Amino acid sequence: MSNAEKMLDIKDLSVVYKTDLETVYAVNGVTLSLEKGATLGLVGETGAGKTTLALTLMRLLPERTGKVTSGSITFEGENIIDLPEAQMRKIRGDKIAMIFQDPMTSLNPVLTVGEQIAEALLVHNEVGRSKEEIEARVDETLTLVGIPPARKREYPHQFSGGMRQRVVIAIALSCEPDLLIADEPTTALDVTIQAQVLMMIRDLRDRLGTSMIMITHDLGIVAQTCDNVAVMYAGEIIELGTAEDIFAHTMHHPYTDGLFASLPNLKSKTARLQPITGLMPDPTNLPKGCKFAPRCSRCMEICKEVPPEVYTEGTHSIRCHLFHQSKEN
Amino acid sequence: MAEERIPLIETVDLKKYFKVGDNALLHAVDGINMKVYPGETIGVVGESGCGKSTLGRTILRLIEPTSGQILYNGDDITQYNARRMKKMRQELQIIFQDPYASLDPRKSVIEIIAEYMIINKTLPTKRDIFNRAAHLMDVVGLARRYATAYPHELDGGRRQRIGIARALSVNPKFIVCDEPVSALDVSIQAQILNLLMDLQDEMCLTYMFVTHDLSVVKHISDNIMVMYLGQCLELTSSDELFEKPLHPYTQALLSAIPEPDISMRNKKIKVIKGEVVSPVNPKPGCRFAARCEHCQERCHQEAPELKEVAPGHFVACHLCDGPI
Amino acid sequence: MAKNSTRPVVATLDGEDINFKRPSQTKEILRRLRKNKGAMIGLFLLICIVLVVIFADFIAPYEAGVVQVAENKLAPMSPEHPLGCDSYGRDVLSRLVHGARNSLLVAVAASISSCLFGCTLGAIAGYFGGKIDMLIMRALDIFMSIPDLLFTMVVVAALSSSIPVLIIAMTLAYFTNYVRLVRSGVLNLVDQEYVEAARAGGSSSARIIISHIIPNTLGIILVNVTLNVSSLVIYQSTLSFIGLSLPAPAPEWGSMLSSARVDMMRAPLLVVFPALAIVLTAFSVNLLGDGLRDAMDPRLKN
Repeated sequence: MSNAEKMLDIKDLSVVYKTDLETVYAVNGVTLSLEKGATLGLVGETGAGKTTLALTLMRLLPERTGKVTSGSITFEGENIIDLPEAQMRKIRGDKIAMIFQDPMTSLNPVLTVGEQIAEALLVHNEVGRSKEEIEARVDETLTLVGIPPARKREYPHQFSGGMRQRVVIAIALSCEPDLLIADEPTTALDVTIQAQVLMMIRDLRDRLGTSMIMITHDLGIVAQTCDNVAVMYAGEIIELGTAEDIFAHTMHHPYTDGLFASLPNLKSKTARLQPITGLMPDPTNLPKGCKFAPRCSRCMEICKEVPPEVYTEGTHSIRCHLFHQSKEN
Repeated sequence: MAEERIPLIETVDLKKYFKVGDNALLHAVDGINMKVYPGETIGVVGESGCGKSTLGRTILRLIEPTSGQILYNGDDITQYNARRMKKMRQELQIIFQDPYASLDPRKSVIEIIAEYMIINKTLPTKRDIFNRAAHLMDVVGLARRYATAYPHELDGGRRQRIGIARALSVNPKFIVCDEPVSALDVSIQAQILNLLMDLQDEMCLTYMFVTHDLSVVKHISDNIMVMYLGQCLELTSSDELFEKPLHPYTQALLSAIPEPDISMRNKKIKVIKGEVVSPVNPKPGCRFAARCEHCQERCHQEAPELKEVAPGHFVACHLCDGPI
Repeated sequence: MAKNSTRPVVATLDGEDINFKRPSQTKEILRRLRKNKGAMIGLFLLICIVLVVIFADFIAPYEAGVVQVAENKLAPMSPEHPLGCDSYGRDVLSRLVHGARNSLLVAVAASISSCLFGCTLGAIAGYFGGKIDMLIMRALDIFMSIPDLLFTMVVVAALSSSIPVLIIAMTLAYFTNYVRLVRSGVLNLVDQEYVEAARAGGSSSARIIISHIIPNTLGIILVNVTLNVSSLVIYQSTLSFIGLSLPAPAPEWGSMLSSARVDMMRAPLLVVFPALAIVLTAFSVNLLGDGLRDAMDPRLKN
């Protein structure tokens, strides 16, 4: 990866949620980068810190509790962590846009769909588009996501779930963002509708050249849409690589192996699934060594005490003691 | 399917219509015929709004059917009065989708598990009941130290275990599992699926497994029924369905699953157009006709019947009328 | 998760009896209530007020506080009259103490009766729905379209003013809130899966209402009862203010307030004392009510 192509570069990012009672360590030292036009899949279970990472990129962490404790986020050459809110507002929605999981709650029920897209355009109207131009752009984006422009005068409740998610995507795409963050965009949808929406996202991404971060818990979606994959666990990226590294190679972090073994296989009939035992660690009180150690079937003494270093081989990196050894040998 | 066996549960032309307006009827369950044999699992798949949850609840008479019969060991339970039905409820149980909503937030874990036994007075004393409740916690893999915890203090997987223990407490024969794992993370989901399958082996349970997740349903079911707008489109053994899906809708469903395998990446997904139409006052003809790529004139006129096109393989589609 | 395991745990070991010693729900609630400072202050104040009401005859220096002594007119605070005298020469402390009886009796009785009446109607409307629901709710609409004060005036005028009549009038003015509150609560709960789960286990409607629906609506009802006690004290003062409460010499906080208004410039403290009594009562009941609601919800436990 040459530096010139990197549009997003996250270095050693840590985020905590602090309340009077406790501190939740949500993101712990994440280092990631994204090339222009590439799609990164961010996989992990509930509480892995995926959404927190996305909110940090958008600078939408809850003001009173959420704090970035270390690290930097360089987006198109600028560290957006220290950017004043006024400047951030210009980036948000215009350069970086986000699609949320629930299309029911992310639309305003009292505004028509057209008005909501137009609003996004008006907020970032640096070019000084006229009213007619904005209307034209609204029609254009609706067509892009496969909704007839005539429906722009309808309200969100008149759309079905899949159509609503298309509207949400239309709003996100209206300003032609450079980076699109999709947080579980199809989790609330049925399989056939999910397939339609994913196809559309894939198609739009290729056509517009938008870079994308796809947050999901579904390894299937990642396999079908992403170029690079980051597996998150307890706020850390425990495995990072190209889609081939993750899905085609056999060398994995034990957690990634566990995730694959938990999935019922569609092709062969397995008698029993091999789930990972136990639960995600309490984010207010993380294990001292490797965060996965208490659940790991291949846990060694060192894992309980020392946090593992990242082991890298080409594009593939794994944060696990197992692989550190094999390199030395 | 064996000839002599009596199905544990059989539905005969089961229908449930909801009144949604003056002249509008929502056909949630529209003429379902199915047989479930003891110790087997029938999977019911379909998209949201296809009536699969209503079907499960109707079979348990949590929702009263509009018409049709529900035979339990050959006996029609729709004719049972309230007293007999209360007794019957011990044989027929349900595990709910949402482990958050299905547990009373003001009751402790052990009270929730004991509730059914207290209602039905299955054991003579309260002490026996709580003993058994504690034993059930072991069975479903819940540490006993959570006995006096409240549901909100536990995670989704543990909550679902409470729901399973509660259902097991009255020694049921038949359990409707209404999307029991869809609210859970994959690793927890696998734990619960294993638990359900182990319990089935140990207690000879019969499941009706309602879900929208095809990979889960394939894993757990012997037979699978594909539902669309209240009707059964295809019914066959789990292996056969995945190897030789006949109905265009089943084919589309299967092709729409994103698989965790990059070799499938450039496979052409058979995306079906449009969305599920309203189940209110449906038009005559095949319910799937509006979205079907093979739709013919006939499909709009006359509804296809569920026919056995191969041994144990039932399909409701005009395309499969001829020899295949 | 289970950090504060002060609650005993079911003892285990196979074959052995299990010691199911879970503290009763009431004990548990009291334990949580005790940890709430505000609620304890409220409870303490309320106990003081109740004690005053019970022992009014011993506390009040002058019997019933209705004796008028001309030379004591607007007397300032003094050892004989700790809070001074009003414009009729009556001892203010005595009147306050005896007034507590009338004011609180009416307010508490009216809030309890309005709660019971309203909750029953609301529960019926919500649980059974359909025509019963429609009938009750439309009748309620008519009821609510008449201003409270006007309605109370009509009732009091028709039946003449006495304590029972006041209670009835105020019940009718205040029960409507409960009907709507409980109905919407029940409607929400009937659709909850745990209610369906209870039915799947063979529960009867009565059992579902008693063991699932009531405990889960109790919180909002309780808060309303406590809010209503205080607003009823104030409402009764309004009634006395326009002369619809108990007949003249009877001591009562609202009427004390209204008569003191005349002499507000000369003896401002006359207004302050009954007002303070009303505020203190309302305050303590609210504190306790808030604390109770939190204590009864296991989800809010720390």
